[in-house]
Amino acid sequence: MRVTLTVNGRERSADHVWEGESLLYVLRERLGLPGSKNACGQGECGSCTVRLDGDLVCSCLVAAGQAEGCEVRTVEGLADADGRLAPIQAAFVETGAVRCGFCTPGLLLAAEELLARVERPADADIREALAGNLCRCTGYESVLDAVRLAAARATAPAADPERRP
Amino acid sequence: MGVVPPPDGLTRCGDTAPGAAGGAGESTRRPDGVLKVTGDFAYASDLRHEDMLWGRTLRSPHAHAEIRSLDTAEALALPGVHAVLTHADLPAATHYGLEFTDQPVLADDRVRHQGEPVALVAADHPETARRAAALVRVVYEPLPVVHDEATATAPDAPVLHPDRDDHHAAHVPHPNVVYRQPVLAGDPTHAVAAVVVRGDYTVGTRDQAFLGPESGLAVPAGDGGVDLHVATQRLHADQRQLAPVLGLEPERVRLTLGGVGGAFGAREDLSTQAHACLLALHTGRPVKMVYDRHESFLGHVHRHPATLSYEHGATLDGRLVYVKGRIVLDSGAYASSSPAVVGNAASLGVGPYRVPHVAMEALALYTNNPPCGAMRGLGAVQACFAYEAQMDRLAVALNMDPVELRRRNALTQGDTMPTGQRVDAPAPVAELLRLVRDRPLPPPRPWETGDGVDPRALPGGLANSSVGEGIVRGVGYGVGIENVGFAEGFDDHSTAGVRLAGDRMRRGEPGPWRGNEAAWNAPGLRLVGGEVVTPRGEVLASLAEVLGEEAVERELEFRHRPAEPFDRATGQGFGHVQYSFCAHRAVVDVDIELGLVRVVELAAAQDVGRAINPRAARGQIHGGSAQGLGLAVLEEILVGPDGLVRDPSFTDYLIPTILDVPPMPLDILELAEAHAPYGRCGAGEAPTLSATPAIVAAIRQATRLPLTRVPVRPEHLTGT
Ligand code: FES
Ligand code: FES
Repeated sequence: MRVTLTVNGRERSADHVWEGESLLYVLRERLGLPGSKNACGQGECGSCTVRLDGDLVCSCLVAAGQAEGCEVRTVEGLADADGRLAPIQAAFVETGAVRCGFCTPGLLLAAEELLARVERPADADIREALAGNLCRCTGYESVLDAVRLAAARATAPAADPERRP
Repeated sequence: MGVVPPPDGLTRCGDTAPGAAGGAGESTRRPDGVLKVTGDFAYASDLRHEDMLWGRTLRSPHAHAEIRSLDTAEALALPGVHAVLTHADLPAATHYGLEFTDQPVLADDRVRHQGEPVALVAADHPETARRAAALVRVVYEPLPVVHDEATATAPDAPVLHPDRDDHHAAHVPHPNVVYRQPVLAGDPTHAVAAVVVRGDYTVGTRDQAFLGPESGLAVPAGDGGVDLHVATQRLHADQRQLAPVLGLEPERVRLTLGGVGGAFGAREDLSTQAHACLLALHTGRPVKMVYDRHESFLGHVHRHPATLSYEHGATLDGRLVYVKGRIVLDSGAYASSSPAVVGNAASLGVGPYRVPHVAMEALALYTNNPPCGAMRGLGAVQACFAYEAQMDRLAVALNMDPVELRRRNALTQGDTMPTGQRVDAPAPVAELLRLVRDRPLPPPRPWETGDGVDPRALPGGLANSSVGEGIVRGVGYGVGIENVGFAEGFDDHSTAGVRLAGDRMRRGEPGPWRGNEAAWNAPGLRLVGGEVVTPRGEVLASLAEVLGEEAVERELEFRHRPAEPFDRATGQGFGHVQYSFCAHRAVVDVDIELGLVRVVELAAAQDVGRAINPRAARGQIHGGSAQGLGLAVLEEILVGPDGLVRDPSFTDYLIPTILDVPPMPLDILELAEAHAPYGRCGAGEAPTLSATPAIVAAIRQATRLPLTRVPVRPEHLTGT
């Protein structure tokens, strides 16, 4: 079948999609967007997290056909058109929240969604929002640092000239 | 002797060491950080090639069986299938292995564990490959399953590798024993002690559970060789094992590191490597193989499960007189790195303590359980859980504070290990314990907020299983000793390597010393902790002062001092390059009615020698501590007596989430290790040791239960 969807603001379509393929597979293997990761394929790890019409979803659990006509946002769409990092991306790099980085795309999408909802999240809010994203390397301390940093900068944008690396 | 003073030159690790701008000691960003936040970093599973096929492995559903027949015709007939390979198609060597060549590339007439590779498929879509693999007809005749020490060493036990020709085969007590290492010190047979405690402990099988699955892309080359892009820990060891299997000279087996999504030891052994190359060479097409999580659980080695028996004898004032211990590790069907794991367990088996009389024995068994090999803290993790439980038991028997007991016996620089190896670098065991003990404790009942109960802080979390009744707090301590090598994989070597190279370029030869090479090369002048020192120990200048800012053209190589194998009978020998030490204090809230545990805080103190990149060092300690937490209360590969894995998925095998891992305050010491460049000491493994016993000690304090196995599950706390 053919699947047409908008990814990071651009309309894209994929042909010869087998009905059993997931949105994750189509993004990675058919649309040349391997940024979303597959670490479990069954909705447990959050590495494949994308926004689907604004909602956070595990793209490994979304059949590609279900995404027909939808807006999808992936890690490749976080930086702006000139390639400048989004604040949450910059914060991840600066605090050392990126180690092997396999969890990072999913965590970025989930953290971005949290910060759009909650201006000054408490640690408990951050933990709750990121509970669906496994990370095996960091022990999460630097991930918390990154979200705290991005939240602080969002409420006091002029405070830190080092905003973008 | 009581309190041990802090060693000289004690420094705390800040974010950036003074004078470290741009060099060793400065926290810097990972060179690959930006690529990883934009999704542009190419992990091995992201690699593509025009024209590529997808490879798939058919694996054994049985733990032990004879293969009666194998028929690939139906699979080959499926449209889109390009190749189906079995043992009969192997072009050259049929076995490989890290230390012993005992592992079949594809099973011949026998499978020895669930998940053993039996056939390979290459097809034009991963789904086609999956279906084709299911069409390979294999007739198995199940055999009796060897699953523990009793079944492995029974007089009529099936011998799993009857034709062993490895270098340990002649020295083991039974052919199903992979390797055995005793360590003897003093006179353990005649040693007597006023207070004696004994205990038997169990450590479950666990998985490294890196997130990036095993992946390789093999591309056949014009010269008849192959180019393999693969996520691995040891390119050279891979090449050494691969070339004979492919029947190619090593020069024609070219490996390139693909982006690695975590390793923790599980990528020391081959996974997709040989299979992807065989399919590529057979079809003449690029072949990509990526494991899904289920296959990853069955397709790589795990942490050895262990049973451990200990007896500790001490004087009435709490000085260890002797330790006797026996550690039985289950290697599963193949040896992998078991001899190294056994060596670690035996040589580090009494922990970071001074013990005059020691009788330790560690061994690994061949069974039909999943193969086990390297995982962060190999061998030392299992031992640490048991010897720290014993120290707590001893503290109770002596009615002594558990930290005080440890401090009285704490190893320090100049002491001798049971292997006879002198500890010739800082060993601040007592100081690390003091640091974690002296931290303020987190406030009690954290779920009580001004306006009610925040269930997120309760042991049951958002499950709303309680409102805080029946919750008891516990505090526990653990400290461990680990050996350190300089292998890639656990520590943050990608960053450290670049940082050191950067430093050499800024500071190295030929700086202002160019006109004075004779002096520079003068015999006896040495570099110690970044300073130029005369044979009499006089510091002439710091290297930075001496060498200035000029650029360098030469790269220097450092080779760590040699270690030697332990004596087979006595375990004596200079076996370890370095030791590293970490201590933890765990604070837990336990719902004793429901058996739920929440770790409230996990404080660590560690000596890292020299933090080349302090932020990376902290990340290593945090990550290792979280993995220790996983072993304490969550993670176990459940294997039945049939040798079958019950939980090969992230649905059932639980690794800690951000809700499970508490705040982890750190104290990092930098006591330069004189035998390593920059005084560095590997940081990544030690924190994985002591977190587990500290957490279990805290749960014991809360529940007053003996808790002799990890992970601790709710039913162990409620007795249900
Ligand atoms: S890959 Fe989708 S949740 Fe793990
Ligand atoms: S950085 Fe490796 S899994 Fe999170």
